[in-house]
Amino acid sequence: MNERARNSVLYLDGVSVSFDGFKALNELSLVVEAGEMRAIIGPNGAGKTTMMDVVTGKTKPDTGEIYFDGNVDLTRMDEASIAQLGIGRKFQKPTVFESLTVLDNLDLALAGRRGPGEALFGREAPSAPARLDELLGIIRLGEHRHRKAGSLSHGQKQWLEIGMLLAQEPKLLLVDEPAAGMTDAETAATAELLREIAKTRSVIVVEHDMVFVRALDVKVTVLNEGSVLSEGTLDHVSADPRVIESYLGR
Amino acid sequence: MGAFFRNGLDRGALAVVAILVAAAILVPVLNLYVPPGSAFHLPGHLVPLFGKYLSYALLAMSVGLIWGYAGILSLGHGAFFALGGYAMGMYLMRQIGSRGVYGNAELPDFMVFLNWKELPVAWWGFQSFPYALLMVVLAPGVLAFVFGWFAFRSRVTGVYFSIITQAMTFALLLAFFRNDFGFGGNNGLTDFKDILGFNIQAPETRAALFAATALILALAFVTARAVVASRFGKVLVAIRDAESRTRFLGYRVENYKLAVWTLSAAMAGVAGALYVPQVGIINPGEFAPENSIEVVIWAAVGGRGLLVGPIVGAIVVNFAKTWFTTGALAPYWLFALGGLFIAVTLFLPKGIVGTIVDGWSALAQRRSSARAEQGVAPSEPDGPPGGELKPSAAEQGA
Repeated sequence: MNERARNSVLYLDGVSVSFDGFKALNELSLVVEAGEMRAIIGPNGAGKTTMMDVVTGKTKPDTGEIYFDGNVDLTRMDEASIAQLGIGRKFQKPTVFESLTVLDNLDLALAGRRGPGEALFGREAPSAPARLDELLGIIRLGEHRHRKAGSLSHGQKQWLEIGMLLAQEPKLLLVDEPAAGMTDAETAATAELLREIAKTRSVIVVEHDMVFVRALDVKVTVLNEGSVLSEGTLDHVSADPRVIESYLGR
Repeated sequence: MGAFFRNGLDRGALAVVAILVAAAILVPVLNLYVPPGSAFHLPGHLVPLFGKYLSYALLAMSVGLIWGYAGILSLGHGAFFALGGYAMGMYLMRQIGSRGVYGNAELPDFMVFLNWKELPVAWWGFQSFPYALLMVVLAPGVLAFVFGWFAFRSRVTGVYFSIITQAMTFALLLAFFRNDFGFGGNNGLTDFKDILGFNIQAPETRAALFAATALILALAFVTARAVVASRFGKVLVAIRDAESRTRFLGYRVENYKLAVWTLSAAMAGVAGALYVPQVGIINPGEFAPENSIEVVIWAAVGGRGLLVGPIVGAIVVNFAKTWFTTGALAPYWLFALGGLFIAVTLFLPKGIVGTIVDGWSALAQRRSSARAEQGVAPSEPDGPPGGELKPSAAEQGA
């Protein structure tokens, strides 16, 4: 492992995944530094979601190395262990526990023990209520705390899910299209929230919405056909002829 | 531990426990101490019949626990019920002793008939009641643990899981039908004489068995309530609603499923053990796949989203079955049962109890908003009795 890998929060090298002959990821290499926020863009089928799947343990790569925090090999771990390490994931479609209350959703996400025995007989951590109040404030769902998550609006569910990720206290947050289906005001507020989050942890945002990516104002990686096409500022990649050909120009 | 149980005992749960305790007292009293001439006398043949209903209720609740809360639809819970029943039946067979037809003090009649010379290993220890009770829980519990360990680790879910549970109970049906399997072949185990030294046919014994069934059902209900009210129960609901989200939060879903699945199987085994002495027979027919499906219908009719739903469903459907199959309508029972299942699925997706509870909370909501309109400060709407979680529409295996 080289010097770059040791100092990174996420290090992918030569990662390939194929489904029935289709190469979803093709020798993908990517390094995200500690404390960095990175936007990942690319056309449909570029491998953005598969990239998240291999990092979070949902899909095992055929070849390649994936290291978290410089030295933890993620290719040997399942979803639960990876989540416990401190990698949070937000799905494209907001996924919350619909028949639990907003408060219970956050409570289940709170960092802590995850075993069945603990869940059955354990007591609530003394710090939990204060932390939950704080989170409810951040995601602006304080007055909805006792509502069933299933009755929230689409935007509120997105925020609740972000709140659940914060409750996990991850070191690295993977966010899949956070602005999808949001109003302009909600999109702006979400960008602000993500920038706030990125102050204390690393964030990877996969996004289609260029206005949103511009609002984030971070380094951009363009994926195409399972590997990195271009990397740099949004203006830099927008000017890259290969990017224009494969994506932006269409 | 105390806090664990207190968690599960809200107003609604206490009401259920009170009803069961009252039944455990009233049924024996009305049967034994009210003279037969009185209008309040309960005829002797109804006592084991009611006992049978309550053991079915426990079985249905064990299905409701995994189906309603964790979204695991078992179409093979009859197998765990039957295993518990066989464990109890083996104890009862050993109690017959030399009073059997062949008068062999050591071997049950069917073994003498098959010309066996000594007791098979599987039967050792069953002369002891505590050992038999242990097996009532262990036999279904261990089977469920092994089955679940493989199934949940391989992430078998939804309808595929349901199908392999059917295969499991069918395989056991075939095994238990064989004479050389050692559990009485297709005749099963019957002709029991006494339990703990008491004549199993005596009205007092039957009354005691009924009371035990009602009290054990109450205890199992409180345990299940405590489980679903705990954080563990919330994780189960989370798994039901969004399994992969739960994994990405760091919960090892298969361990949670395995724990509740094994608990549920053990409860089904206890139900079987209560059933056998009251019905007087256990045979391989109890493993029939259609039996397990019927249990699912009871749970659906009563309402699987609440623990009390399957209890009510099992009692209501079996009462209807008794009524139907003892009259001229007997040949049409299966049509009635199928029709009931379709009707409930279409018109009462939350079952009888779920619909009543929903109506109750809607009414409470309306009252509180009416108060609010009259200028009175709105209060929190009254919770429904039981205050349990309601199933989401998008449940798997529905």
